[in-house]
Amino acid sequence: MTGARRPARDVAVVAFAQTPHRRATEEVSEVEMLMPVLHAVLARTGLRTADIGFTCSGSSDYLAGRPFSFTLALDGVGAWPPIAESHVETDGAWAFHEAWIKLITGAADTALVYAWGKSSAGSPRDILTRQLDPYYLAPLWPDSVSLAALQARALIDAGVVDERGLAAVATRNRAAAVANPHAQLSGDVPRGDYVVRPLRTGDCPPVGDGAAALILAAGDRARELCERPAWIRGVDHRVEAHALGLRDLTDSPSTRLAAERAGAFDRPVDTAELHAPFSHQEIVLRRALRLGDDVLLNPSGGALAAHPLMAAGLIRIGEAATRVHRGRSDRALAHATSGPCLQQNLVAVVEGDLR
Amino acid sequence: MSKEPVAVVGIGQTRHAAARQDVSIAGLVREAAGRALADAELTWADVEAVVIGKAPDFFEGVMMPELYLAEALGAVGKPVTRVHTAGSVGGSTALVAADLVAARAHRTVLAVAFEKQSESNAMWGLSLPVPFQQPLLAGAGGFFAPHVRAYIRRSGAPPTVGTLVAHKDRVNALRNPFAHIREPGLTLERVRASPMLWDPIRYSETCPSSDGACALLLTDRLGARRSPRRPAWLLGGAMRSEPTLFAGKDFVSPRAGRDCAADVYRQAGITDPRREIDAVEMYVPFSWYEPMWLENLGFADPGDGWRLVESGATALEGELPVDMSGGVLSSNPIGASGLIRFAEAALQVRGLAGAHQVDGARRVLGHAYGGGSQFFAVWLVGDRPPTS
Repeated sequence: MTGARRPARDVAVVAFAQTPHRRATEEVSEVEMLMPVLHAVLARTGLRTADIGFTCSGSSDYLAGRPFSFTLALDGVGAWPPIAESHVETDGAWAFHEAWIKLITGAADTALVYAWGKSSAGSPRDILTRQLDPYYLAPLWPDSVSLAALQARALIDAGVVDERGLAAVATRNRAAAVANPHAQLSGDVPRGDYVVRPLRTGDCPPVGDGAAALILAAGDRARELCERPAWIRGVDHRVEAHALGLRDLTDSPSTRLAAERAGAFDRPVDTAELHAPFSHQEIVLRRALRLGDDVLLNPSGGALAAHPLMAAGLIRIGEAATRVHRGRSDRALAHATSGPCLQQNLVAVVEGDLR
Repeated sequence: MSKEPVAVVGIGQTRHAAARQDVSIAGLVREAAGRALADAELTWADVEAVVIGKAPDFFEGVMMPELYLAEALGAVGKPVTRVHTAGSVGGSTALVAADLVAARAHRTVLAVAFEKQSESNAMWGLSLPVPFQQPLLAGAGGFFAPHVRAYIRRSGAPPTVGTLVAHKDRVNALRNPFAHIREPGLTLERVRASPMLWDPIRYSETCPSSDGACALLLTDRLGARRSPRRPAWLLGGAMRSEPTLFAGKDFVSPRAGRDCAADVYRQAGITDPRREIDAVEMYVPFSWYEPMWLENLGFADPGDGWRLVESGATALEGELPVDMSGGVLSSNPIGASGLIRFAEAALQVRGLAGAHQVDGARRVLGHAYGGGSQFFAVWLVGDRPPTS
């Protein structure tokens, strides 16, 4: 089961929209945050809700602080008459995968994918401890920054990078974010104090709220809806063991395997949008994906510039596709992650038609 | 566009109970998955991808438990997709897994769903107030009782129909070794004498809170050929959603449910469900939902569902048996309940349902719903592969 299989149907990302990402959005509900993004992405294609063949979303009840939180967000879609619809309780990148598969089966020709997260409603560092092993690990409340710091320390101890190298990653991402009107942090962001050694404020993602949506279309439908569709050449995702002691934290074999299965290594990519919430994770991913200096990395500024939980992975796919739409990339890789220290990883490869 | 035909070759369930204190969450899902693998005579290595579903994470207090469960699901190095579509999630889990096979992305996929309700209190977990929204006051029963009353008023059903369903399902459950509620010697009189909880819903007409899990192995044509037992073939599957609350919503017979069933019948070439479908595993958490969903799914004309119940047609020996396993009224690990309906439908067409087998069942419907009657998932399975 190694090597990429070409999907049985040509499917493309034809439109993408996202909110400005902000530290807090107390004045709007989740539905109110989503509505403009959903309207924007539909307007870009001229489609209406009733024209969409399949809808899929990604979010987390724990961020909203209540069960079934996604049921209310559905109101923003305007699901009347009833729609074919599904939801994943994780980053919207996995909703994108589900929708892509649905289009490959031929059951639909278009799909709407959206995701959102109001990370500001609580303390993500505390909330994310609840996704750990509930019997042995979660009762100790090890927070997400501390776990990431363990991984950063492992990289430093292995001689892969030093603290200056980490700072360089953060600086480059936030410099790129200056050109991204949606970014929350950009430009000259100070390295700051240590949060958990060796990670400083500057190595960690901002806490913020945001939403994103994209539209998929198959075959000729994609050509009708978009001047230069971002054709999906492959998508794959893999998970690793949960217990950190069972993993080599300096490597990401699941990312490498997903990339292989998505066809990322078949030909070089010119652009990569990596979902690396911490500066050292970009280095782990870059090595796993064998990305050289000739690949444009995170032109959006990546997750260090804006990190709405549950939407940040989908945004990487949208950013990569938008580069293709605008003719600024011919073959781009997008990556999304979930779980502590890059436990679960998704890789998608998109391409534009030759010019 | 040609889809790969999808077959169910392995089915596993746990013993369902109010509190499974003998197992962790990981132990619970492994119990179901291990039985599905044994049924299919496959090993963990044969599974290429895992789709996992459950209802809100708050029910166990674990955020995105698929991450912690990766090892227990034999999923390390494989794709894991976590689905959550409220009460319909078990059904959606099977459909998402089936799509992976149909799209030829993976050959053999494990669909698994669970709920360990003893880790929390579902009644209050479902009662959190949401600003500017009608709260689900006093659990699901408080939300659904007014819609049952609306059905009774609209259809002119006698007030005793719900107790007929409850009695039938609890008696059926005695033939199902996995069922949670077992009440030997239960009489209709005892059901009718049970305390009123949310008028007109009595205690014996409500679903329990259960711990439990269910697992299915789905595979392609080649996998089905290698199956040691008869596979169940997917003939049609669909999901439909509509908003929770809006002017004009029909809570008695939501359009999303009707559209969902119609899509499945179109895929399977069914024109007269009452005659062409042999039995139904339906999501009935409160007894009155059997006559309501009989109408919603097209087995009875509007207002006539209760007549079908009263005639005895939906009994195990009737002409259209419903919830042969005892249904959600007898076992309700919420996140798994939909997948159990789908699994029981497949067991029937495989002829492996044991003491609650319907003789000669060739086409059986599995049904799930969730939220405020807004999410629906339905599949139809048969004993022969699809012809188109």
